Amino acid sequence: MSTQNTFMGYRRENGRVGVRNYVAILPLDDISNAACEAVANNIQGTIALPHAYGRLQFGEDLDLHFRTMIGTGSNPNVAACVVIGIEPVWTQKVVDGIAATGKPVAGFAIEKNGDITTIAEASRKAKEFVHWATERQREECDISDLWISTKCGESDTTSGIGSNPTVGNMYDKLIPKGICGVFGETSELTGAEHLCAKRASTAEVAEKFMKTFQAYQDEVIEAHKTTDLSDSQPTKGNIEGGLSTIEEKAFGNLEKIGKKVSFVDVLGPAEEPAKGPGLYFMDSSSAAAECVTLMAAGGFVVHAFPTGQGNIIGNPILPVIKITANPRTMRTMSEHIDVDVTGILTRELTMDQAGDKLIDMIIKTSNGRMTAAEALGHKEFVMTKLYRSA
Amino acid sequence: MSIPKLLVHDKSDNVGVVVVEGLMAGDEMFCIVTEDNSDFMLTAKQDVPIGHKVALKDLKEGDTIIKYGEDIGRVISPIGTGEHVHVHNLKTKRW
Repeated sequence: MSTQNTFMGYRRENGRVGVRNYVAILPLDDISNAACEAVANNIQGTIALPHAYGRLQFGEDLDLHFRTMIGTGSNPNVAACVVIGIEPVWTQKVVDGIAATGKPVAGFAIEKNGDITTIAEASRKAKEFVHWATERQREECDISDLWISTKCGESDTTSGIGSNPTVGNMYDKLIPKGICGVFGETSELTGAEHLCAKRASTAEVAEKFMKTFQAYQDEVIEAHKTTDLSDSQPTKGNIEGGLSTIEEKAFGNLEKIGKKVSFVDVLGPAEEPAKGPGLYFMDSSSAAAECVTLMAAGGFVVHAFPTGQGNIIGNPILPVIKITANPRTMRTMSEHIDVDVTGILTRELTMDQAGDKLIDMIIKTSNGRMTAAEALGHKEFVMTKLYRSA
Repeated sequence: MSIPKLLVHDKSDNVGVVVVEGLMAGDEMFCIVTEDNSDFMLTAKQDVPIGHKVALKDLKEGDTIIKYGEDIGRVISPIGTGEHVHVHNLKTKRW
């Protein structure tokens, strides 16, 4: 069993620990992307997070927009944050939300200034933040300071046999050590929802899960489907890899939460865990970039991503560790894979060894090792939108 | 122990997963049930790609496919032992 119980992380003002040290340039809305990208181009060591939304949203969808913006800026992997929006009121709302963590944050509005003045002012502030952030030092932190998310992608049957239970084995070992974990993909539990509900820590949590699951079925799937979902879920990649039905995919998916731990709460999309250490379920789409972006906004700092056919996703602020058990994927696209567990298929690697191999990679990644997705420049930041704007 | 060509999750499953590339019709497969490490031999009746499923017994239309010891869908056309099980003969019971 893996015995390493510490890693070198960045302890933030609110006590949370990050494993990266970004100065994020965050657009409030789609039309502020250009200014943010200009600032990131001016000032090295910053990262712009362009996205497609933020205008005329309302209700629950607007709440989710703010929660994702504020959560992303608040993530401990972000040392400091510049927010740029078209107007000052909503911009300030995001700034105030991030400021609650105690980290340096500043907002800039484009109206009455124009792009060029805004970019100049925001660039000066971003430069200050970069100097400040690069003076931070990593320090030894207990493994319980890690918040580790999971979501799988381009799954196939080798995911259910190998890479997903590897993640499950990791959670079985690390949750008892006091980490926070999260899994999601609401629609992708279809067929296995009864088994998932049994893994809730209390009857109340199980009921909350079933209610969330059913709402997704009724409000998203049933309300919008034109045929059954056989053309989308499983995906064409899943089918190519041998998965035939959503039920088969769901049982494989659930292997990610291991055999021992139960989940202690059901989170809304991008919601931060509030019940202390333990495993959480987050209501989310099964689309990789959307789901991982929500988990990053929920405060998770490292992501374990098992894949079968080879999903190549990354995230701008959350290191995404790829695990595969598929020898063809290992042979044809190994540059995307961090943890090779193909030995599970040949019975040369036990699940216990595979779990330890993943834990070792999580520690290395937390200490600063770049993941395959980071080295290859994958920065998919995809906001979830619940319905059309007004 | 020899390297398996087919892995079965649960003793009650009626399908297994091909875990080697290039499996051809007529190949003898060493099969392992991962739940209890028991093993058996089975002949592949068709070429089956890695990751795809093979029937462990004869199945008729309307039968339930069991994998992980659980219901993963219904058979929509007859499948013989050793044949390929996929979207052409297995369909979800959901959506």
